[in-house]
Amino acid sequence: MLKFENVFKRYAETGDVLKNISFHLKRGEITFLTGHSGAGKSTLLKLIGLMERASRGQIILDGQSFNALNERHVPYIRRKMGFIYQDYKLLQDRTVFDNVALPLVIAGYGHHEVARRVRASLDKVGLLGKEKKFPLALSGGEQQRVGIARAVVNKPPLIIADEPTGNLDPELSAEIMLLFEQFQHVGVTILIASHDISLIEQMNHRVLRLDHGQLVAG
Amino acid sequence: MKQVDKYKPKKKPQQKPDIRQNTRAGGSFFDRLKAYRDQHAQNLFSSLGRLVSMPFTSIMTIGVLALAIALASGFYLVVVNLQQLTSGLEASNQISLFMRDEISEAHAKKYAESIRKNPNVQQVTVITKQQAMDEFKHFSGFGEAIEVLEKNPLPVVIEVLPKDSLVDKDVLTQLLEEFKKATEVDFAQMDLVWVERLQSIVYTAKLVAILLAILLGFAVFFIAGNTIRLEIHDRRHEIIISKLVGATNSFIQRSFMYTGFWIGFLSGVFAWFIVTFILLIVRPSVENLSGLYEGSFHLLFFSYSETLVLLFASTGLAVVGSWLVLHFQIKQLQPE
Repeated sequence: MLKFENVFKRYAETGDVLKNISFHLKRGEITFLTGHSGAGKSTLLKLIGLMERASRGQIILDGQSFNALNERHVPYIRRKMGFIYQDYKLLQDRTVFDNVALPLVIAGYGHHEVARRVRASLDKVGLLGKEKKFPLALSGGEQQRVGIARAVVNKPPLIIADEPTGNLDPELSAEIMLLFEQFQHVGVTILIASHDISLIEQMNHRVLRLDHGQLVAG
Repeated sequence: MKQVDKYKPKKKPQQKPDIRQNTRAGGSFFDRLKAYRDQHAQNLFSSLGRLVSMPFTSIMTIGVLALAIALASGFYLVVVNLQQLTSGLEASNQISLFMRDEISEAHAKKYAESIRKNPNVQQVTVITKQQAMDEFKHFSGFGEAIEVLEKNPLPVVIEVLPKDSLVDKDVLTQLLEEFKKATEVDFAQMDLVWVERLQSIVYTAKLVAILLAILLGFAVFFIAGNTIRLEIHDRRHEIIISKLVGATNSFIQRSFMYTGFWIGFLSGVFAWFIVTFILLIVRPSVENLSGLYEGSFHLLFFSYSETLVLLFASTGLAVVGSWLVLHFQIKQLQPE
């Protein structure tokens, strides 16, 4: 599903941030990405999300090499991924419904189809009935679930979560992880960046560990 | 002999897989068209809603634009009205012949008869010394002063109206020269000269109006562009999130383009009302003035087609200004 082949990322100011990274995430696999801060986790996620391009090596998503892409292809590749962030990145002036509907509207779905899929997605994360609320009226855990609903509404084959439980207490974190496992069962590939060691240990999934830009486990 | 090569299977050009595959809404062409239309309608109304939700900012922007457009189109209407004044005069390519002092009225009338026979002349009127004096007393306001004069100093005047079909200036000048040669005529003058002078004034005003319109058109363009630039700044969070979930630049641009559309359109509408309102205020005094000159001058307002041009131009300029700013700024905003 997602393959890194000898990927390097070099910045002029700081030198190589990622060195010779190779791994392969298979369809329907949950993988944790961990490492100390500054190890290159966020750079790796930026390469996947096409916010940055690799300096060397290649990244292949669903058979498509990122090296062959030009700028105007980027939006279409991003539609194959659902991003989940620590700070949720919701639009505060839009309702829960409109936030979740955004990827569908962008992909060009008609409003009946949008409404049907948004409801299905909100149902999955347990927020059905809160469509008309604004994000600030929800708790942190609920806002994160809105973010998850938005990430999965377009049924992307890959979900990238950056510290998805960073702002949540252990109980809510566990709920979120359960959600991820449900998506895994329908064949979604999930990459979770986290340094919550206890959470990672109790989940028993594959772990990619970065240390000073190099992959030391996985 | 047939060439064997011909029967070799043709090598198919290697087809690249479409990167956009499975990333767009499916359904029939008609469904997608409907979704596209819904999106446009949604953008049209949500951008208007945003303008209404920030009344102060919107009124300031639209006010400035409306004033600029009103200035340009108002000056244009002034020129159109002046033009109407000279177009009324165009028909009067009348020639006034002032008779020598010693020419008697009887002699003048005889001479007038001879002019009447000229095929290029439509109408000849003799104004006697007495008629001229009466008219002068009536209109000049010097009536009492003239009473004092022992002798009527005004000459006999023959007014010659050339044929309507006579629009060729050369023929008119030739006619004028003919009259000048006559021994009875002291002085011949074509009213057309005055018309020409007035026309050149109007022409200059027209040129100024066009230049002013171009300058103010640029102002509309830049103000609209700057407004959009500020809106992009205000909504950069939304733009970045949209890009994260796979929005293309043109998708993001669309909603801003509608803001540009509304700004331009509403400014055009307001400019129309401003100019019409000002014309309504000055109309009574203009018509009073026209009445004093026994003229039949009526103030012209925007016609239907001029109104359409006004709205199209203001909307178009604002949309193009917005588009240029969007084209360069949306690309630069990238998620980090």
